[in-house]
Amino acid sequence: MKLLNVSGSPHVHSDESTKKIMWRVNLALVPMLLVATAFFGLNALLISAVSVATCVLVQWLIEKYVMKTPSTVCDGSAVVTGLLLAFNVPATADMIWLVAIGALVAMGIGKMSFGGLGKNPFNPALVGRVFMLISFPVQMTTWPTVGKWFPMTTDTVTGATPLGVIKEGLTHEGATIQSVIEANNLPSLWDIFLGHMGGSQGEISAIAILIGAIYLLCRKIITWHIPVSFIGTAFIFSGILWLVNPDVYMDPVMTILTGGIMLGACFMATDMVTSPMSKSGQLIFGFGCGMLTIIIRNWGSYPEGVSFAILLMNAVTPLLNRWCKPRRFAN
Amino acid sequence: MKTFAMGGVHPEENKISTHAAIEQFPLPKQVVVLMNQHLGAPATPVVAKGDKVKVGQLIGEAQAFMCANVHSPVSGTVNKIDVCKDPFGLPKPAVYIDVEGDEWMETIDRTPDIKRECDLTPQEIVAKLKAMGIVGLGGATFPAHIKYSVPEGKKAEYLIINAVECEPYLTSDHRVMLEHAEEICIGISILRKALGVPNAYVGIENNKPEPIRVMTEMAKKFEGIIVEPLKMKYPQGAEKQLINAITGRKVPSGKLPIDVGCVVSNVGTTFAVYEAIQKNKPLIENILTVTGKMLAANQQHNYQVRIGISYADIVRHAIGELPATTGKVISGGPMMGKAMSNLDGPTVKGASSVLIMDESEATRATEGNCIRCGKCMHACPMGLEPYLFSSLVRNGRYEEAGDNHILDCIECGCCLFSCPANKPLTDEIRLGKNKLRAIMAAKKK
Repeated sequence: MKLLNVSGSPHVHSDESTKKIMWRVNLALVPMLLVATAFFGLNALLISAVSVATCVLVQWLIEKYVMKTPSTVCDGSAVVTGLLLAFNVPATADMIWLVAIGALVAMGIGKMSFGGLGKNPFNPALVGRVFMLISFPVQMTTWPTVGKWFPMTTDTVTGATPLGVIKEGLTHEGATIQSVIEANNLPSLWDIFLGHMGGSQGEISAIAILIGAIYLLCRKIITWHIPVSFIGTAFIFSGILWLVNPDVYMDPVMTILTGGIMLGACFMATDMVTSPMSKSGQLIFGFGCGMLTIIIRNWGSYPEGVSFAILLMNAVTPLLNRWCKPRRFAN
Repeated sequence: MKTFAMGGVHPEENKISTHAAIEQFPLPKQVVVLMNQHLGAPATPVVAKGDKVKVGQLIGEAQAFMCANVHSPVSGTVNKIDVCKDPFGLPKPAVYIDVEGDEWMETIDRTPDIKRECDLTPQEIVAKLKAMGIVGLGGATFPAHIKYSVPEGKKAEYLIINAVECEPYLTSDHRVMLEHAEEICIGISILRKALGVPNAYVGIENNKPEPIRVMTEMAKKFEGIIVEPLKMKYPQGAEKQLINAITGRKVPSGKLPIDVGCVVSNVGTTFAVYEAIQKNKPLIENILTVTGKMLAANQQHNYQVRIGISYADIVRHAIGELPATTGKVISGGPMMGKAMSNLDGPTVKGASSVLIMDESEATRATEGNCIRCGKCMHACPMGLEPYLFSSLVRNGRYEEAGDNHILDCIECGCCLFSCPANKPLTDEIRLGKNKLRAIMAAKKK
C-alpha cells in the first residue's frame, strides 16, 4: 500500500507572509526618507544606512551565535526597526555614529533579548530612541536648521523644534504662545504640513507620513483604529485645553502636526507586535497614547511625549488583549 | 446582497471542473461498503458471506438511535464481512461485495420520468427517509430522519437549502443544480411538507450565476421556494454562518439550528430525497468531483459514483496514474477536506470530491513567530482568538482554552489560511478540543 502525504486542513494558504508585511512597511517608510533627504541632505541617508545596517547585523549575530536559530534577517523586520529609529533622531553629523549605539540597544535589548520578532513587549525602535534621549540628551535635542532644499551640510541649533521653542519660550515671565511664535518666527502651518521645520528626520512631514499610512491602510497592514483614536484624542484633548487658555496651550492643529504625533500614531503605535489585537483594544490603546502625549507635553519636563506615551501603552497591551475580547458569534 | 456577519476569508475559487457534465462511473470488480458512513453508531450487517444481493438491497440495518441504513450499491455476491481501513487509515466494519451484472431491486423506479406528486404524510416521509438510509451530504452525514423529526416543544420556521458550495474546487452541487433543478425542487417541496414550514430558502453564492438562474427559473413553478443569492465569502456553507446570512439569526454556542427555528439541508441531499421518496432509490450513489490545478482540462470530471468504489479505482479511471509531483490527495475541499493517506479505501456517503494537489501547492511554508497581527482573530467567523488557543494548547492549558470557548470552533481553517507566520493554528485547536473533551468526559465519570 503506497502511503501519501497527509496534514490537517486547510490545505491552502493566503499569500500573506511576515516577510511581505515587513517589506511593505519598509516601502511605506520611503516617502519619509525622501523628505528627510530633501531637507537634511546626506546626513539623513547616512544615519538611516548606519541604523539599518547595525540592526540587521545585531540580529544576524545574535541569531547565529547566541540563539543558534536559522537567520530571519531577510524578513525585513530589522530594516523596519532600523529605519524607524533613524527617523526618530535629529539629522546631525553626531548622529551618524550615535545612532549605531541606539540601534544596538533597540535590537539587542528591545527585541532579541525577548526572543526576536513577535516576542518583544515594547516597540524596539522606541526603546532605542528613549535610551539615546536619556543617555545623550544634548545630541538628541540639537537640531539641524532647516533652510534650503537639498543641503549638503547643515548648521545645528539647540531646541529648534516648534515644540521645543514654545516649551522654552513659555518659561519666560509674561510669555504667551502667540508672543513666542511671533518672536521666534516659527514656520507657517503649510510649512509644517510639508515638513519644512525642525524635528527628528522622519517626523517632520505630515504629508509623507500620510502617504505611507494610506498605503498601509490599503494593504490592510494597519487599520484606522489606532491612528484615528491617537490623533483624535490628542486633537480633542489639546483643543479643550486651548479653548480654556489659548495663551498657555498650543492650538490643536499645530499640536498634531508638530512633533512625533503623526509618525507615532501611524507607524510606531500601530506596530502589530506591541499593540492590542481587537478593535476595541486598539481604540483604548490609541486613546491612552493621545492622552499621555498631551499630558507629558504640557506638564512633563520634556517638550515631546510620544515615545513615552507609546512605550507606556505597550506595557498595557497584554492587559488590553485580555480585557478587550472580540465579540463572539451569537453572544 | 446578504452574507454572514463576522470574519471569513476569500480563498482562490479554482472551480475548474464546472463545465464537466455528470458522467456515470463504470462498475468495478469489487466494492467495499463501510457500515459507518454516517454520524453515529455503525449499522449492523444483515447479510452473510455468499449471499446474493441486488442493487438497493438493505445490507446494514440501523439499530442504534443515531444510525442510518446501508444498502448495497451493486449486485453480486457477498465475499466477506471484515474490517477495512478507510482512506484515513482508520479500521471500520465493512461488507465486501464481488460485482456480478447490474441487477436492481424491482421496487426501484429506474425510468427517466420525473414524478412530481407526493401524497405521503410528514410521518411517512420521515419513515421513508430512514428506510432509504438518507444522510446529509454536506459533509457531516447526519442521519436525515433524525433531522426531520422536530423534537417536541421546538418548531421549525425556516427550511434552508445549502447550495453555497463555498469550498474552492468543488463543483458537484453546481452540476447537480444545473442538471437536476426540477428534481431538487421536488425534493425541497417534500422536505418542506415533512417540516410543515411555509418557505424554503436556497442559498447560492454569487460566483455561480448559472445555477442561480436555473434554480430561480425552476423555483417559480413551485410554491414556497425562494432562491437567495449570497455575497461570496468562505465559510458561508457552514451551518451557523448560512443561517446567519439568510435569516439574520444566530445559533448560540452549544445549540442546534432547530433552537432558532431553522433546519439546514444540503442541496445534494434534496436530490437524494427526491430519488428516495419518489423513485424508491436508497442512498447508493454520490456526485463526486475529480479535480486539481495540475490536471489537464479533459481530466476534470464530475461523476455519479456508487458508494464503496475505492478511490484508487476512481483516480485510475479519471486520470490514469497519479502524477509524480502529487503532494496530497484530498477528500473534500482544500479548506476542510481530509488528506487521504492511502487510496485503497472506499468512497462513502457524503464524499464530494477527490482533489489532487501539486507538491508546491500542498506544502506548508515554514512556521515563524506569531507577530500578533490579529489576522486569525479577524478572519474567525465565530469571533474567537486562535492565537490565544495556540499558546494555551502548546502549554497544555486545555481548560483555560475551554473558558475562552475553544469548543465553539467550527474548524473552518480561516485562521491558518490567513496567518502570515504559517502557525498551525487549526491543528492546535483540533488537538485542544480533543484534549478538552477527554478532560470533560473524565470529569463526568
